[in-house]
Amino acid sequence: MATTQSRTLAKFMLMPSVLLLLGWMIVPLCMTLYFSFLDYNLLIPGEHEFIGFLNYEFFITDPAFTESFFNTLLLVGGVLTITICGGIGLAILLDQAIWGRNYVRIMVLAPFFVMPTVSALVWKNMLMNPVNGLFAHFSSWLGMNPIDFFAQVPLLSIIIIVSWQWLPFAALILLTAIQSLDREQLEAADLDGAGPFSKFFYIVLPHLSRAVTAVILIETIFLLSIFAEILVTTSGGPGYASTNITYLIYTQSLLQFDVGGGSAGGIVAVIIANIVAIFLMRLIGKNLEG
Amino acid sequence: MGSITLKQVTKSFGDVNVIKPLDLDIKDGEFIVFVGPSGCGKSTLLRMIAGLEDTTSGNIEIDGQDATDTPPAKRGLAMVFQSYALYPHMTVRNNIAFPLKRAKVAPAEIEQKIASAAKILNLGDYLDRKPGQLSGGQRQRVAIGRAIVRQPSAFLFDEPLSNLDASLRVNMRLEISELHKSLATTMIYVTHDQVEAMTMADRIAVFNAGVIEQVGTPLELYQNPVNRFVAGFIGSPKMNFIDIPTANDGAHSIGVRPEHIKISNDEGMWAGNVGVVEHLGSETFLHVHVEKIGTLTVKSDGDCPFTYGDKVFLSAAQNKILRFDKTGLTLPSLTEI
Amino acid sequence: MAITSSHKSKLIYTVLAWTISGLIFFPILWTLLTSFKTEAEAISASPSLFMFDWTLENYRDVLERSPYFTHFWNSVVISIGSSLLGLLIAIPAAWSMAFVQTKRTKNLLMWMLSTKMLPPVGVLIPIYLLFRDFGLLDTKLGLVIVMTLINLPIMVWMLYTYFREIPSEILEASRMDGATIIEEVFHVLLPIALPGIASTLLLNVILAWNEAFWTLILTAANAAPLTAFIASYSSPEGLFYAKLSAASAMAIVPILILGWFSQKQLVRGLSFGAVK
Ligand SMILES: Nc1ncnc2c1ncn2[C@@H]1O[C@H](COP(=O)(O)OP(=O)(O)OP(=O)(O)O)[C@@H](O)[C@H]1O
Ligand SMILES: [Mg+2]
Repeated sequence: MATTQSRTLAKFMLMPSVLLLLGWMIVPLCMTLYFSFLDYNLLIPGEHEFIGFLNYEFFITDPAFTESFFNTLLLVGGVLTITICGGIGLAILLDQAIWGRNYVRIMVLAPFFVMPTVSALVWKNMLMNPVNGLFAHFSSWLGMNPIDFFAQVPLLSIIIIVSWQWLPFAALILLTAIQSLDREQLEAADLDGAGPFSKFFYIVLPHLSRAVTAVILIETIFLLSIFAEILVTTSGGPGYASTNITYLIYTQSLLQFDVGGGSAGGIVAVIIANIVAIFLMRLIGKNLEG
Repeated sequence: MGSITLKQVTKSFGDVNVIKPLDLDIKDGEFIVFVGPSGCGKSTLLRMIAGLEDTTSGNIEIDGQDATDTPPAKRGLAMVFQSYALYPHMTVRNNIAFPLKRAKVAPAEIEQKIASAAKILNLGDYLDRKPGQLSGGQRQRVAIGRAIVRQPSAFLFDEPLSNLDASLRVNMRLEISELHKSLATTMIYVTHDQVEAMTMADRIAVFNAGVIEQVGTPLELYQNPVNRFVAGFIGSPKMNFIDIPTANDGAHSIGVRPEHIKISNDEGMWAGNVGVVEHLGSETFLHVHVEKIGTLTVKSDGDCPFTYGDKVFLSAAQNKILRFDKTGLTLPSLTEI
Repeated sequence: MAITSSHKSKLIYTVLAWTISGLIFFPILWTLLTSFKTEAEAISASPSLFMFDWTLENYRDVLERSPYFTHFWNSVVISIGSSLLGLLIAIPAAWSMAFVQTKRTKNLLMWMLSTKMLPPVGVLIPIYLLFRDFGLLDTKLGLVIVMTLINLPIMVWMLYTYFREIPSEILEASRMDGATIIEEVFHVLLPIALPGIASTLLLNVILAWNEAFWTLILTAANAAPLTAFIASYSSPEGLFYAKLSAASAMAIVPILILGWFSQKQLVRGLSFGAVK
C-alpha cells in the first residue's frame, strides 16, 4: 500500500483538511493575539494603540477572572464526576437482564439529543422555577420552602443541567464497554470466589479505563466551552457566580465591545485549554493507543 | 506470456534492509515457490513484484519490459491473498466480474467468463451469495476465480491455503496444481508448508533474511543443498546436524537426513537410547539420544518395534552424508573426490 | 428455586432501571406533555400528568406568531450542509491516514483533535469581525462554514477509525484487479465503509443541529437555526410554558427520532472508536 504514487496522492488528499484546520486555527488565533495587545473598542473609533500587556493585566487581575476560572473548573470537574459515576452505575444496571432494555436505553439516551438551549429553558422554567416549577410544587407539597435554584445555587443548577445532558453519553459508552467485557473473566473470578465488590474493582473498573478516558476527553472538550446553558439561564449571575471563562469573554467582547480585552481573555482561555489538552493527550496517548 | 526478472532488487523500510540485492529469473509458465523462515521478506518481495510496494533500488522486468515503476493495475498480474481479500459487499458473481469490468470487457463476454470460471472452480451454486456466506475453501476459490478470469501473465499467491483446514488444503493444493497445468501461466507461490513447496513447485527459492540462499528444483534442493541453511530448511523432519572435529578438508559439521539413518538393535556407528517415538502409521519418527552428539531424529518404517528407553544402534548411509565447512557451505561429498 | 431467585433479581433490576431511566427522561416527557396543555394548566400548582384537556393550540400559536419553519429550514440546511461538506473534505483525509500510514499520522490525528480543543472564544473576535467584513454574519453560508470546520476533526477521526477496520488487502486487491484510484474509492472503499460514513454523517448532523455557541453569536433573525430561535424564548415576556414547550418539542423531536434510530452506530462514533 505504500508506493510513492500512493504516498503523493495521500498528501494531496490530506491537504484540504490540514489547510482548512490550520487556517481556522492559526489565522484567527494570530489575529486574536494581535488584538490582545491593542487598545481596541468597537465603540471608540480611531487608532488602536499598542498597549502591551495591559489588556492581560486587566483581564487577569479582574476578580471576575478568578471567579470564572474556578467556576470553569468546578463546572467541568462537577459534570465529569457526576456523569462518570452516574454513568458507571447506569451502565452496570442496564447491563443486567431486565425487561424492556431497549426502551430503557432509548429513554436514557434521549437527553443527549436535546439542544442545549432547550434543555436549559426547560430546566429553568418548568422544573427549577421557584414559583411555577415542578420542583417548587413538589417542595411545597412536602411542606418545604421551594429553592430558588438560580439565585441560591446558580453554578450547581447549571452543573445539574449539563450533567443531565451528558449523563446519557457517558452511560452509553460505558455500557458498550461493559458489554465487551469477557464473560469468562467474570466466571473465572466467580470460581475463584470473588465477591461482587472485588469483581467490580479488579475486573470491571480496569476494563472500563479506556472508555472512561474517552468520556473524559470528549466531555472536557465540550464542557470547557459551555455557553448556551449559562446565557439562557443565569446570564452568568448573580454577579459572576455562574460565569465561566467562555461566558466572561463573551460579555467583555460582544456585550462591552472591548475587542482588546476580549482577545486577551481569549488567549488566556487558549492557554488554559492547552494545559488541559496536554494533560488529556498524555492520558489518552497512553490509554487509547493499545 | 509471463516471465519475470528481478535485477539487483532491494527494499528497505526506513533503515531496515528487508530485501538485500537479489537476482531472480522466473521463466514463463513456471511454478516457483518461495519458502523461508517468517519475516525473511517473501511477502515483501511478492508485493514488490505486484507493484504494491516500491522497489528501493534495482529493476523488475515483466516480459522483458521494465516494470519497476508501473502501477499494480498496469502490470497484468493477479494476486491471491492469504485473507482472500474478497469484496464483502459484492456477490461472488460481481467479485469475479470486478476485474473484467475494470478492463471494460463486454457484458456478454463477462457472463461467459464467469460461467467458465465457475465451472472450473465449482462455484456454480454460490454465484449469487456474498463472501460472508461462504466457507473458507469456497472463498479461496472465489479469490482464485477472480484472479483467473482476467488471464493475467502471472499469478502471485501469498500463503493462499494457510487459513484452511488440513484436508481442504490438500484438495486446494491439487486444484491449484491442476490449474497451473491447464493454464500454463507463471505462478509465484509463497508458503510455509514443506509439502506444498515440494509437490507443487517447478523450482523452489529458499529465502533467508532478505537473500535467496538457493534456487532449484525440489529434488536439487533436497539432494544438493548449497549450504547448511537450505539443507536444514528443506526436508521434513529436519536434517540432523552433527558437529565434528575439524577435518583436514575443512569439514566442520555433517548433516544426515532422518530417512538416511538406519536403526538396529545390535550394530551401528552410534549407540543411543530411544526417546520419544512418534508413530504416524505409515512411518515412525524416533528421537534417539546419542552420547556426545545429541538427539538424532530417525525415520523408520511404520511397524518399527522400538519403544522408549530401548538401547539402539544407528548408522548413516555414507553416500547420503553432507559435509559443511565452517561458514556452513556444503563441501563436495566424499564420493565425488 | 434458582429460576425464581433469578426472576426476582430480574424484577428488581427492571423496576430500578425503569425508575431511573424514567427520571432521566422525565424533563423531556414533561415538556412534550406540557406542549399539549393550556397555559393555565401548564403552571397549575397541582399539575396532572395525563388527565388534562389536550390541545394543539400552542403549536398553532407558535407557528402563527413566529417563523418556525424558517428556523427549522435554517437548522436543516446548516446541519446537513455542513455535514455533507465535511464528509467531502474528511473522507480523503481519513483515507490517507488510514491506508497510507506514515510516522506522522498519529501526530497529525492528535493535532487535528487538538484543534477541537481550541476554545471558541479564542477565535471568537476575529471570526466575528471577519464575518462582519465579508458579510457572512447572519447567513446560512457562514454557519455552514463554521460548523464544517469545528466538526471536521471529529469527522476525520471517526472515519479514520472506521477505515482502519477495512483490511488494506481488499483495496490492494482492487488495485491488482486494475481499478483506478477513483474506482477503488467508489466501488470498494465507500460501499464497504458505508455504515461508518452514515453514522459519521448522522452524528455530525446531530452535533451541528444542537450547536449553540456560534449559532447564538453569529446569527440574528435571518439565519438563526432552532437553537437560537428557542433561546429567544428566554426573555421574560415570552414566558408561556405551554408555548415554550411546543416550540421546544418542535426543535428536539426531529433529532430525537434521528438519534433513536441510529443509537447503535452512534456509540462507536461518539467514542472515536475507543469502544467497539
Ligand atoms: N510496512 C513495513 N514497514 C516496516 N517493516 C516492514 C513492513 N512490512 C514488512 N516489514 C518487515 O519486513 C520483514 C519482512 O516481512 P515479510 O512480510 O516480507 O516477511 P515474510 O517472509 O512474508 O514473513 P511471513 O512468513 O511471516 O509471512 C519483516 O521483518 C517485517 O517486520
Ligand atoms: Mg508473509
